[in-house]
Amino acid sequence: MNKVAKTRTAVIDTIEVAIGDERNLLELIRKAHIELPTFCYHSEISVYGACRMCMVEVEGRGIVPACSTAAADGMVVHTNTKQIRDMRKMIVELLLANHDQSCTTCPKSGDCKLQKIARQMGISKVRFKQRENFPELDLSSDAILRDPKKCVLCGDCVRVCKEIQAVGVLDFAGRGANSMVMPCFNKGIGEVECVGCGQCVKVCPVGALTPKYQTGEVWNAIHDEKKRVVVQIAPAVRVALGEHFGFKPGTTTTGQIVTALRMMGFDMVYDTSFAADFTVIEEGNEFLARLNKGEGLPLLTSCCPAWVKFAEQYYPDMLSNLSTCRSPQQMFGALCKEKLTKELGIPREELVVVSIMPCTAKKFEANREEFRTQGNKDVDYVLTTQELAVMIRERGIEFDKLEPGSFDMPFGFKSGAAVIFGTSGGVSEAVLRYASYVTGSGAFKEYSSLRADEGIKITEVAAGDARLRLAVVSGLGNARRLIDRIRRGEESFDLIEVMACCGGCINGGGQPVSEDRHTVLQRAKGLYDNDKMLQIHSSQENPYVQKLYKEDLNEHTAHALLHTEYKNRKRISGEEIVLSNQEQNARLKLDICFGTSCFIRGAQGLYTKLMEYVRERGIADETEFKVSFCGEQCKKGPNLSVNGKEIHHCTIEKAIEAIERII
Amino acid sequence: MSEHIPLEERKRLFDACMTQYKARIVICAGTGCDAGGSLDVFDTFIDYIKEKGLSVAVTLRKERGDIGISRSGCQGFCQMGPLVTLYPQGVLYTKVQPGDVAEIVDETLLRGRLIERLLYQAADNTPVADTAHIPFYARQRRTVLKLCGNIDAQDIDEYIANGGYMMARKAFVTMSAEEICTLMLQAGLRGRGGAGFPIGRKWDLTRIQKSDVKYIICNGDEGDPGAFMDRCVMEGNPHSVLEGMLIAAGAVDATEGYIYVRTEYPLAVKRLRIAIEDARRAGILGADVFGSGKAFDIQVMEGAGAFVCGEETALIASIEGKRGMPNPKPPFPAEAGLFGKPTVINNVETLASVPIVMQLGADAYAAIGTEKSKGTKTFALTGHVANTGLIEVPFGATLRQIIGDIGGGVMSDDGTNCSINLKAVQIGGPSGGCLTKEHLDMPLDYENLTAVGAMVGSGGLVVMNNETCIVSLARFFMQFTQNESCGKCVPCREGTKQMLNLLDDIIEGRATGETLELLEQLATTVKFGSLCGLGKTSPNPVLSTLRYFRDEYNAHVFDKRCPAGRYKAFNIYAVTPEKCRSCGLCAKKGPVYAISRNPAGAVSAGERGGLYQIDKDKCIKCGACAESCKFGAVAIEGRGE
Repeated sequence: MNKVAKTRTAVIDTIEVAIGDERNLLELIRKAHIELPTFCYHSEISVYGACRMCMVEVEGRGIVPACSTAAADGMVVHTNTKQIRDMRKMIVELLLANHDQSCTTCPKSGDCKLQKIARQMGISKVRFKQRENFPELDLSSDAILRDPKKCVLCGDCVRVCKEIQAVGVLDFAGRGANSMVMPCFNKGIGEVECVGCGQCVKVCPVGALTPKYQTGEVWNAIHDEKKRVVVQIAPAVRVALGEHFGFKPGTTTTGQIVTALRMMGFDMVYDTSFAADFTVIEEGNEFLARLNKGEGLPLLTSCCPAWVKFAEQYYPDMLSNLSTCRSPQQMFGALCKEKLTKELGIPREELVVVSIMPCTAKKFEANREEFRTQGNKDVDYVLTTQELAVMIRERGIEFDKLEPGSFDMPFGFKSGAAVIFGTSGGVSEAVLRYASYVTGSGAFKEYSSLRADEGIKITEVAAGDARLRLAVVSGLGNARRLIDRIRRGEESFDLIEVMACCGGCINGGGQPVSEDRHTVLQRAKGLYDNDKMLQIHSSQENPYVQKLYKEDLNEHTAHALLHTEYKNRKRISGEEIVLSNQEQNARLKLDICFGTSCFIRGAQGLYTKLMEYVRERGIADETEFKVSFCGEQCKKGPNLSVNGKEIHHCTIEKAIEAIERII
Repeated sequence: MSEHIPLEERKRLFDACMTQYKARIVICAGTGCDAGGSLDVFDTFIDYIKEKGLSVAVTLRKERGDIGISRSGCQGFCQMGPLVTLYPQGVLYTKVQPGDVAEIVDETLLRGRLIERLLYQAADNTPVADTAHIPFYARQRRTVLKLCGNIDAQDIDEYIANGGYMMARKAFVTMSAEEICTLMLQAGLRGRGGAGFPIGRKWDLTRIQKSDVKYIICNGDEGDPGAFMDRCVMEGNPHSVLEGMLIAAGAVDATEGYIYVRTEYPLAVKRLRIAIEDARRAGILGADVFGSGKAFDIQVMEGAGAFVCGEETALIASIEGKRGMPNPKPPFPAEAGLFGKPTVINNVETLASVPIVMQLGADAYAAIGTEKSKGTKTFALTGHVANTGLIEVPFGATLRQIIGDIGGGVMSDDGTNCSINLKAVQIGGPSGGCLTKEHLDMPLDYENLTAVGAMVGSGGLVVMNNETCIVSLARFFMQFTQNESCGKCVPCREGTKQMLNLLDDIIEGRATGETLELLEQLATTVKFGSLCGLGKTSPNPVLSTLRYFRDEYNAHVFDKRCPAGRYKAFNIYAVTPEKCRSCGLCAKKGPVYAISRNPAGAVSAGERGGLYQIDKDKCIKCGACAESCKFGAVAIEGRGE
């Protein structure tokens, strides 16, 4: 039987609008091209309903919040009655009364929603008593700056960190007018589990969460005559920076960026993609080796530093699955400092490597202890796309009028495989192109199954006579779900690419903020188009990479420069306290666990008795006694380690027996 | 193993057991009388009776004895506590202390003689022995509270002997879910937590949801300052709540229930837990309720000190272990509530009313009250009224009846009874509004109250005499709401804070006409913009007092004067020339040198140097001068001494 479905419609400010699959009245109103201002509404995270800016009047129902009201057939909606206008203005005034007033010196000025909406509403006076005391800045993280003075308590950061990234670093504490968004116990975000992905920065409508700016340090380096400053640009930056200057998302402005950087005073301008070709080859070889041995699978990619910290914190027993390859940023820094210092005849301290990244976590990565050679960092400073835009403007450069320039050689030459790193699925595709070459199953191919716009992409590909199972994950919440399934034995893969940001680096915490879901897709397309325009598409074809391998890298140096190690970060702080005189090479090294379970089972009593014993025995000078917090052997407590050997259910007798055997 | 003795048999056993007692003493052990020492009275009774060589039984079914003694829940007449009722005479003794116990036992219990000084004194000073003739009780219609105060709150069998659980059995075993909902709809029972939503409709909306699990939640998070109705029901007759939940479970096919009790009610928590245990043992709760094959069990969960958790979605979040913040509705709890499942949330009094509705029948219940508000309502009558306590009246009762007949009249600050010369009555707590003398004869029900800018709320009634500053009342409730705001939405979090600032400006003499205007605008924003009921109703005290007492606000703002004389900021201290003896003590005691001799050297009785006077601009209103003057020459202008 033919049934004609009647279109459902609503009338919004006298305009009739057809109701499709909008999730709520707010989306419908925006579809009618009426921009209702909101603070706490984001399409990817749950509806919160707290800012109350989206209130509208629905005939027959009164005043309702549009974000949590479903659109219904026949609804008549007024978005701008006098009462609603007065209410909206008053809400913004209330927020302003509770907000720090230093607009002009705020990094978010010009990009701030509160500022924009206040101007939009024509607010000329705040009629309420201004708040006087504010909490301090949180400078603890390398990646993100938290400024509670500017928080409007919209809860977007809380929800993105909890719902999308499955980390949950921030939440509300305190009640009523004393509530604040903070990490646990008001520690700094750098002191807790924050992985630095910057998704909170992306959704924060005001200046409460911003990338940790390093523009000052970079300017200083540029102006320092004693230093040579070189810069590398990540793939994802080139298809997004233009958005700060009026270009459409996805427009490649590489040429202009290079020119701008030269004008700013950088000595050499390079491309991170050059190092990405190394990453592909190293990781590809690693992957094939593991496949042959049948060990260490699935291989987990390691170029995303937020993901690496996530894995170190939550899956430390899977660290051996992580690829030992460094990220392109760090491979670049290591190679560049090694080669250039020799070529230019300067010490490492006089060479400054700056990277332009779409990512806030890269700032944390550059500071990791593993990435220093003789105490000098491989990558000195990381600037996000946003910071570069700020520096370009500061320099007075009219970006859209620039003539294009080209990268310096050889570190500016790359394959298309390297450029697609910036989008989710790109790393896997690049590695597969290389792997298929090595296994002889043909030259460059396009793997369109890896390019879909989904958080978890699962595919099977042929490589030689093997069929490989691949998973490509973006968004840490998706990563957690997939890995938990693997750990439960429900799935298995050979290679898993994990990017912390949904869609990949193009959606990173340092990128220009956009509320349009299509922006990310357009940026991805820009990268795939770049790949198409390049003459070589597989990393092994890069002649400068081949040259470096032949002339400068042997197995040993390649490992030192291009690979790294990871550490168990499951226990965040307060790792160890040394309780007695520490000898450099004490004969007796005792380490007792004072975690709650061991403590309750008598660790303190054991410690006291041991100290007495050691003194009585006269070996106090030769003993090093440490206390650590939770070695995770809780059921076997108390746990004592004597010269590295662990004793469980330790009693004083067992401890003495072990000590006597040593001395 | 549960003893599944049928209800009728349990009643028979209890009644039989009761016949053995020559007398029974019921002592009110509600929190109010407890605070007055009723538990000491209880202990003294037991000791003294034993001394007299008689046996006394506390747990009535288990012990044999000459005299039975029980602790009951709140009997309502809190002003007169500790309260002791003696059976079979039915005599009520008031303000009983341990020192009275011997006399009571010797005279009344053993010789049947009344002790006049312990009886309630009527207005004409005649003593009244039984509650049927005490106006406080006689004018009420104690329905939900009927058994509260008359039975041992920890004895399930006494509840059953009074008809308890018969209705739950009927509903659970013999009626269909739809039938129960229809009955409630016909009876017109509305939610007693404040919103007044028809119970039949709420249950029906949950009944029609398809889900493997459904929940019944009892909202015992009574947080209004001055409200203790739900507390008394939970402490005094906990089984009535359980029975109501059982019937609700039958109405929607629920299998699990939670009672969320505020942690500040430890006695209620204890009594509810005991009641649940006893009900489980009797086969009334558990895997096989009344042998029906259906399951229903209840857990008690304590709150953690947040008024906002009385809001249903915040309460649900709290039970789920999350931060107690409300969520936007839709979705409503009936569709997706606790753990995302269909949930019925009802107030304590609502649930306690449910078995009574069934006992009386829908039509009989609907005959009580007014056209749209059926049944009775409990009120906590407090403030400047002679008889404070817990009362219950049918909807349609008037303030004149409540304050005059039951309450005994308005009290002024010096203790005189002013009949019904009141200034205002705050009804509905921090969400409610004021009623004035013009409303004395208005029948109280949901619709009438909303029409005049007030609300029934949970039932708090605060009576205020003419010496009350109405602005300070609004400020009191605004401070409460501001403290309790969860902080999620902007209008409530920031709006209540700024409203409090504005009220402080008014009270401390800093306000201008703009302040009042801004206060009203802000109140409207908070009322319409807030996410939940706490925020939406928080401006009601302000709006209501502005409506009826605008002159008083104007006096504070424009005249810088507090008509009720409450606020120091407005007091103007001055020397009465005729009384001043020029001793100079006031000038010495005053901390800011605001007092000096009149330089013109006018003639005074004391001759030592002229009259003293106070510089109004320097005066900080500390009052030290007035206190120190031995001649009463310094006073606040317009107030005499």
